[in-house]
Amino acid sequence: MPDLKTRLGTWDVLVLVVTLVFLAFAVSQVENFGTSVNFTFLVLDLLPIMLIALPMTLIIITGEIDLSVASTLGLTSALMGYLWNQGMSIELIIPACLVVGGLLGALNGVFVTVLGLPSLAVTIGTLALFRGLAFVVLGDTAVANFPFSYTSWVTGTIAGTSIPNVLIIMLVLALVCGVVLHATPLGRALIAIGANDQAARFAGINAGRAKFSLYVISGVTAGLAGVLWTLRYSTARADNAAGLELAVVAAVLLGGVSIFGGKGTLPGVIAGVVLLGSLQNVLRLEDVSNESLNIVTGVLLIISVLLPNTAAAVSTAWHRRRLRSGAEGGAHVA
Amino acid sequence: MSAQRTAPVVTGTGEAARPGGRRRFKLSTVLRIRELGIVIALVILVAYTTANNSRFLSSQSVRDILLSTSILAVLAAGQTVVVVTRNIDLSVGSILGFSAFSVATVMAANPGLPVVAGLAMGLVLGGVCGLVNGVIVRFGQVPALVVTLGTLYVFRGITYSWAGGQQVNADELPRGFLRFANDAVLGVPWLVLIGLVVIGSVSLVMRNYRFGRELYAMGSSPEAAELAGIRVARNTVAAFVVSGALAGLGGVMFASRFGTVDAAAGTGLELNVVAAVVVGGVAVFGGSGTAYGAGLGALLLTVIGSSLAVLDINQFWQRAIVGALILLAIGADRLVAVRIARGLLRKDVHA
Repeated sequence: MPDLKTRLGTWDVLVLVVTLVFLAFAVSQVENFGTSVNFTFLVLDLLPIMLIALPMTLIIITGEIDLSVASTLGLTSALMGYLWNQGMSIELIIPACLVVGGLLGALNGVFVTVLGLPSLAVTIGTLALFRGLAFVVLGDTAVANFPFSYTSWVTGTIAGTSIPNVLIIMLVLALVCGVVLHATPLGRALIAIGANDQAARFAGINAGRAKFSLYVISGVTAGLAGVLWTLRYSTARADNAAGLELAVVAAVLLGGVSIFGGKGTLPGVIAGVVLLGSLQNVLRLEDVSNESLNIVTGVLLIISVLLPNTAAAVSTAWHRRRLRSGAEGGAHVA
Repeated sequence: MSAQRTAPVVTGTGEAARPGGRRRFKLSTVLRIRELGIVIALVILVAYTTANNSRFLSSQSVRDILLSTSILAVLAAGQTVVVVTRNIDLSVGSILGFSAFSVATVMAANPGLPVVAGLAMGLVLGGVCGLVNGVIVRFGQVPALVVTLGTLYVFRGITYSWAGGQQVNADELPRGFLRFANDAVLGVPWLVLIGLVVIGSVSLVMRNYRFGRELYAMGSSPEAAELAGIRVARNTVAAFVVSGALAGLGGVMFASRFGTVDAAAGTGLELNVVAAVVVGGVAVFGGSGTAYGAGLGALLLTVIGSSLAVLDINQFWQRAIVGALILLAIGADRLVAVRIARGLLRKDVHA
């Protein structure tokens, strides 16, 4: 057991160190990376991935997955455009979008916890369903005339500094999730559910209720990401953030969360998101096309699971060989 | 999950304890209900659409539906092989795009090449992509979901960076290659023939041959399959190679049918393929399902798509319907599994 723990510990630390080294390298070597304008862009690019990655971490730790997040974002964005076109006030639209996000998450939650269906299949289904509904709501048109006071707040910085306003939202949510996961009984319960669902149940943990709430939270956060995405680009489109679930899952796994559940830390995930985001930012500064960027994300996703697994296999093989040679040595003495 | 796992055991205990004749009948009825359900849904849908617009059953429209179905069905057959082993292959849409663009480029550059060469090239390219998936899944011990989600973007990204916004137009392709999609043998278009042969042979191998039965055993219980001496590693890799190769073949069919191919060919197609397979009665947790069921699923999805167009319903509903069908299908599977498990429990109490 301690073997496992040290290995995971080192993976977290490894990602953190790699992230810091990479940032240092980028600031010193890549032109324009260290500028305050680019910092704002970097944070804005990170924002949707980070927001969605936080609840995704908790969901994956309980051994489930939510692939529908990017479609939830798209649907809330489309809804926002539709309601704005209908003349609804933005002060009403934003809470409405968050509620709808929560309802979409609840739908996932019902299928997974009440009906007991595999979350992978359910959220592949809702991935298609929510994106389809987004197109039903808004078609392939775009809505662009959102109030300037809101769009400029999202892209703006705190007066007198170069700290983007949205960074505050990000930090607050990260703090809440981190505290919940690492400092409350609920967080321990989530890890227990992921490690052994049945044992957790016998220990008196209501796994169904915990998972259901996580899906609702995931939906609300994706809704919030949808609102912020729409305001940032000042465009509501049905295909907003298509495929973003890949980046989110990649960042979470890169941060050392086990896809099988039961293991993972939030600081690791934050490092994973920052590493992925700044890597993409650097490549974009170097004029690499968006489609080619996806190669990097895809490869990172596979490597982040492949590497720890291979390391574990190698260490087990090494351990076994040592045991065997130890046994032979013992036989000699006898 | 436990209910689904017990389901395959039913036949075993039934045979051993004799009065199982009835039980076995029950189980097979349940399985048949799925295919029957699809056929009934198809009949109702076609009847309703034709009543509204008789153009729907014109030979041109039927032909379009069958051509589209055959491409989707070839991919669905490959996906069935993978899903039955309790894995998934989300990269098929990207493999199709990669194969379509590569083959179209090569055919445009060498007009003398016969169509068969294009088909073989698609199969090989797709097979290599599938080999990459299979090797990482098996020897890296990485879940298939993660691997194929990753390669979905890697294969697509490679196609994009190669194509760089260019496309192969129909007038650059050799005439023989384009005619292939429209030519027919005894009234059956080549593409449909390929679709039928693929569905038929995959169904046959999975039903009657050792390799096929081993795939089901692996899906029902990976641990037991390993203990029973089944070469799980070889079979897993082979399943992904089959899925990749068939997606590659689908790419050639796509290029031949549409003529104009760019790097975006087949984007998002994996959702339709998974939907066809799941709607066709292949259990997402492996161990049961047939390729011809998946083929019927593909037909149903395609017919829904063209019905929407004919009925003048917003085309955008199609994707939402695909999602709803996936949810409906896995929900129905769960219901059936729970019912079988309950029935078994009751019988056990009586005994």
